[in-house]
Amino acid sequence: MTALGKLFRTTAFKLSIAYLVLFSIGAGLVLARVGARVKEVLDEQIEQTVDAEIRALSEQYSQGGLRQLASAVERRVRAPGGSLYLLSSHSGDVIVGNIEAPAFTPSGGTELVETTYERRGEPGVKHPALLRLFLLPGGFRLLIGHDIEDHEVLRGILRSALGVSLFWLVLVGSLGGLFVSYRMLERVDEMSASARRIMAGDMHERLAVSGAGDELDRLAENFNAMLERISGLMAGLREVSDNIAHDLKTPLTRLRNRAEAALRAGSNDSEHREALAAVIEESDNLIGVFNALLMIARAEAGYSSDHMAAFDADAVVRDIAEMYEPVAEEQGVRLDVTAQDGLKITGSRELLGQALVNLVDNALKYGATGSDRRIAVEAGRVGDRVEIVVSDRGSGIPPSDRERVVGRFVRLENSRSRPGSGLGLSLASAVARMHQGALRIEDNAPGLRVVLSLPATRITAGPPARIERA
Amino acid sequence: MRILIIEDDNEASEYLVKAFREQGHVAEHAADGLAGYGRASEGDYDVLIVDRMLPKMDGLSLISGLREQGVETPALILSALGQVDDRVKGLRAGGDDYLPKPYAFSELLARAEALARRRVGPKGEETQYRVGDLELDRLSHKVTVGGQDVALQPREFRLLEYLMKHAGQVVTRTMLLENVWDYHFDPQTNVIDVHISRLRSKIDKGRENPLLHTIRGAGYMIRDGAR
Repeated sequence: MTALGKLFRTTAFKLSIAYLVLFSIGAGLVLARVGARVKEVLDEQIEQTVDAEIRALSEQYSQGGLRQLASAVERRVRAPGGSLYLLSSHSGDVIVGNIEAPAFTPSGGTELVETTYERRGEPGVKHPALLRLFLLPGGFRLLIGHDIEDHEVLRGILRSALGVSLFWLVLVGSLGGLFVSYRMLERVDEMSASARRIMAGDMHERLAVSGAGDELDRLAENFNAMLERISGLMAGLREVSDNIAHDLKTPLTRLRNRAEAALRAGSNDSEHREALAAVIEESDNLIGVFNALLMIARAEAGYSSDHMAAFDADAVVRDIAEMYEPVAEEQGVRLDVTAQDGLKITGSRELLGQALVNLVDNALKYGATGSDRRIAVEAGRVGDRVEIVVSDRGSGIPPSDRERVVGRFVRLENSRSRPGSGLGLSLASAVARMHQGALRIEDNAPGLRVVLSLPATRITAGPPARIERA
Repeated sequence: MRILIIEDDNEASEYLVKAFREQGHVAEHAADGLAGYGRASEGDYDVLIVDRMLPKMDGLSLISGLREQGVETPALILSALGQVDDRVKGLRAGGDDYLPKPYAFSELLARAEALARRRVGPKGEETQYRVGDLELDRLSHKVTVGGQDVALQPREFRLLEYLMKHAGQVVTRTMLLENVWDYHFDPQTNVIDVHISRLRSKIDKGRENPLLHTIRGAGYMIRDGAR
């Protein structure tokens, strides 16, 4: 397609043309209406004038007969203005007047008739006029009327105004349309070029934002945010596959070694059994790690929205706390729960439950091992967010490690000896992000304070939503 | 019980058939969706074990097809997809239970038995359960041991209720987590264990033949130990 063809096919250009046509029709209609109205008003004026003249002249006639009428007409003929008079006898002889006989003689009546006339001394030049015939006794005829040449002039002015305005409208409109389309096309072409570069593999390329804050900018900003997210996901994916390769090899090697050792050395049945049990346990751990990774991937990829539902976060908090309370008690840990009622959030109850299990489990494993064995689980509303806090009074995490510890498979030095996959906090963080929230790791002075901050679902006032039939 | 295993992986299905037979059940095998659909709609089985991804007809279509035909044989879906939304889809299609791969055979067995039991069991839910001298009244929420009231927390009550509903059957930890707590994630094993041991201390205290048993490598079972 040629560059011009492309320009003509842009939405902006088509829109300009459509508006141009609409405006032209509008301008035409307005001017036509004005013209018609002006003519109406002027005609009315003439009619009134002619009526008045007829009244005055008929008065003259009734007072002084034809002679007085003739002299009155004579006087008026000499006065300047566009009034036309012609008093003629029955045989057509002109008695007095300022016009020749008109092309068309109106029959007697109250109607003004539009016709043409010739002025005295200017034969052959026709002028437009409105005339009315007045029949007098004795066969005398009085034509009274008004020149309407200036009406034609006015009409001409209106017509040319229409022409000129249409000309400018079309000129400015199409030039403007072309300009806008050109600008638009230029930016869209630029974006397309960026998109092609991105498709070709340059994931750092971004769409240009002009800064005008218009709809194209908004589009570009959103696309850029999307690209940012895709890059993030891709980086995450790469990191995960690296980590999986790295971290799963260790337990897989262990698994293989155990099986091999059992095959080689074990001759009696109970040794075999023991080795097999160990192998199963090791594979269960591996499966657990896989499941956690898959769940993180799912949560990060975003959950399909038809499984996102509004639920009470406080109920989940109470559930999980209740689930862990006996475990804590057995370890000599006090588990305190405080949760506000009706903390509605929208998302996955299951995943929030899993995230909380991970946080509480972490607190029990790493936070409540010292002398102050207390864990607090709190849930409440902070502004438009629901914050769920799990805090312990253990040794905490140094500020330098707080960001790192959320990463997958990250296990801090002092915890490597204890069981765990290093995925608990990553999962909790992925769940938070999936709910458009965040996971914060803070100092509980002393101890660790992990905050799940999630957007609260706005509860609409009024009657509760209807329950759909199952 | 009679079990139909619809699974295209030969090794896995052979293993399952063998394992179910060792447990004294009758197990048959269909290798693709269409064959499985035909046999399930004709034969009289207590439980169907259906792999989700099958050649010729996928597991979910198979189950929803059977349900449309009025075949109500309980179906357990096996799937490599273990996420919550996959489970929901499976249950929506008419499945009765969902087990992600890889699974422990003991888990599959316990769930299959629970499904089969549900089928032959009485239509209406019982309001009272009794195992030995342990009695649970679901309406009044009362539990008595030898006529003596036992005070239970609400969750302990639901735990005992579920165990007694499946008295004589193995109940796994994930089954308890799903049915008593209504969560479907991996339990940290000892969480359920601690709840069980609390419950045990209330109902089996000082008993010579305890009612609540731990089945190693599988889960728990409540049964009258005296018999």
